[in-house]
Amino acid sequence: METLSAVLVEPFVAIAEAPMFFFEVLIGGLLSGVMYALVALGFVLIFKASGVFNFAQGAMVLFAALFFVGFIDLGWPIWLSLIVTILVMILLALAIERVVLRPLVNQDPIILFMATIGITFFLDGFGQTLWGSDVRRLDIGIPEDPLIIAGLYINQFDIYAAVICGLLVLGLALFFQYTPTGRALRAVADDHQAAMSIGIPLNVIWAIVWTVAGIVGLVAGIMWGAKLGVQFNLALIALKALPVLILGGFTSVPGAIVGGLIIGAGEKVAEVFWGEVLGGAIEDWFAYMLAMVFLLFRPQGLFGEKIIERV
Amino acid sequence: MVNRRQTLGLAAGAIAFGAMPLRLYAQENAQFIPSLVYRTGPYGPNGEPFANGAADYYTLINERDGGINGVEIVFEECDTQYNNDKGVECYERLKNKGPTGAAAFSPLSTGITYALIERARADKIPIFSMGYGRTDASYGPVFPHVFTAPATYWSQATSLIQYVAAQEGGLEALKGKKIALVYHDSAYGKEPIRTLEALSEMFGYKLSLFPVAHPGLEQKATWLKVGRQVRPDWVLMWGWGVMNSTAIKEAAAVGFPMERFIGNWWSGSENDVMPAGDTAVGYKSANFHGAGATWPVHQDIFKHVYDAGKGAGKRERVGEVLYNRGVTNAMIVVEAIRTAQEIHGNKPLTGWQVRDGFENLNLSAERLAELGLADFMQPIRLSCEDHEGGGSVYVQQWDGKEWKRVSDWIPPMRDVVWPMIKESALAYAKEKGITPRSCA
Repeated sequence: METLSAVLVEPFVAIAEAPMFFFEVLIGGLLSGVMYALVALGFVLIFKASGVFNFAQGAMVLFAALFFVGFIDLGWPIWLSLIVTILVMILLALAIERVVLRPLVNQDPIILFMATIGITFFLDGFGQTLWGSDVRRLDIGIPEDPLIIAGLYINQFDIYAAVICGLLVLGLALFFQYTPTGRALRAVADDHQAAMSIGIPLNVIWAIVWTVAGIVGLVAGIMWGAKLGVQFNLALIALKALPVLILGGFTSVPGAIVGGLIIGAGEKVAEVFWGEVLGGAIEDWFAYMLAMVFLLFRPQGLFGEKIIERV
Repeated sequence: MVNRRQTLGLAAGAIAFGAMPLRLYAQENAQFIPSLVYRTGPYGPNGEPFANGAADYYTLINERDGGINGVEIVFEECDTQYNNDKGVECYERLKNKGPTGAAAFSPLSTGITYALIERARADKIPIFSMGYGRTDASYGPVFPHVFTAPATYWSQATSLIQYVAAQEGGLEALKGKKIALVYHDSAYGKEPIRTLEALSEMFGYKLSLFPVAHPGLEQKATWLKVGRQVRPDWVLMWGWGVMNSTAIKEAAAVGFPMERFIGNWWSGSENDVMPAGDTAVGYKSANFHGAGATWPVHQDIFKHVYDAGKGAGKRERVGEVLYNRGVTNAMIVVEAIRTAQEIHGNKPLTGWQVRDGFENLNLSAERLAELGLADFMQPIRLSCEDHEGGGSVYVQQWDGKEWKRVSDWIPPMRDVVWPMIKESALAYAKEKGITPRSCA
């Protein structure tokens, strides 16, 4: 009876007694969710265009951040480091398309998935071989003092991250909607063979989509690197994106955003108000559990395309 | 026609072949020391400076002194990635290497220490878990082969509570205060809880516990609870790796004062504060050895190791906290071997012979000064019963550029800790069917 009360009654009483604190947790969770969505976007882009679950997205985040901070540490200005790192990510995308994807055209998705596991190990090792495994500080000038709005403590860094993520999504939406390349990408995403039959070159499209995913990875790497320092652990933030993808759907950009917000807010509220009764440190597994509950009702995710197989 | 490259290759091969018997002879008369390290994986950034410090100290002993009393040190690293399975694999691979097998293992992980304790007991190899591992393994009658000098987590917890009490105006002033423990949700992170709970009952402070899931990338919820709901007077942290710098940033984000935030000795390196930038200024941590490269031993390392091009890492990182911890670990192993040689002779020794050296280790202030480490750490004296030795720590504070000592050495509350160690060790012995040896 006591346990039931601790799970079903006490947390709601705590919320009712301190609604401002609840809103603080909720807003903090939503802002964290934006950071998760930033990583999830890279997965969505590649899955949408090629049907490949890119296991290497976390490694790409680390790889991009290592180059960016490495160039800054060499004394280069931030703008130049950013441009050269984007060029590195373009070269990487071209190399992956030429060396890994092209020889595997028409193979089962599981083969391509295994290939991306190989890419993960390569990127983790190669990046750290070039730049070392030291923790590197990345200061991009975003203030980190808490902002107090109507008595609520809100992290300024998270607000900037949310704005940057919003701009990125807007840029991607415009790119997909209004450019010929974007339209070609959407055509490939809808049907590979139909797209090829009207002359859209699959290899070029794959190189472009891996480049875009690499640039999204760079933005995620800069934001997470500024938050945590650039280090091996950046590759592990992919684990925070997985429940977002399960919930939002693997093929939807809005799904990644909404999924990120739900996961971020859900795990923070759960940790703060239900964590103690469930043993603490629940936010990681809670995110996966929340995603699994959604799966029971919508197996394709909130915004994923419904899979219809006709007999 | 043999071209120039082939000639050079043949010459190099001949030299290598000619040198082989000499090298084999040298290895036959060498003391083998295995090094379980982690230069890769999520905790690699912290494992690397530690590994470099240990490697540089062993190289220094060989280069400057010609080994330990003429017995050359041969050491080999095995990367565990801070992973228990790999730790056991490394142990099995290295335990029989060298003419007399492994001198001692330093697992460099509480989890790996737990996994190796009974294996090492069966193999008669000492385990030196310096500042980590099982605290109750300090009790020599039950754990004759495990050494925890110079301090354990339980001792450290009592020292930190004494520091907090001193800031508040005495142990009596702790009554009614709120102290939070933010800890890595693992065997390592849970180690101090029992001691802090016991002290809470004694001194009347309220203890709140906040576990953080591995690896600790996201702690916003934890710190909202700490900083905005519980609002403790002090926060102690048992963290590791990225968890530390993230905690510092999140603490700052909820406005928690850094001067009242104290990490344990695994939460107080440059790697923990540098990524947090200015927000880390004022943050404190415990330590059981000096920080910086100002001791004579460091000058010897520069001269005999780095100037000779044999340094394991970057010259400018010599003296960082975790580098110095690697030096400390290697120095204690070397001094234990030296002590064992006084008993068994100046020759390569077996693990069990080296164990005798650990048990009779007497690192006095004079001996530390001879080693170029005066006031670097507190003296250590081990015995059949007490495998911890000293237990003192000091508190250091980050000023944005370097760590500064802000307290004297704080000895542990032995009257609190030692009965707990003994009770826990005897319970372990009963559970495992071990008959404690007599130290009378």
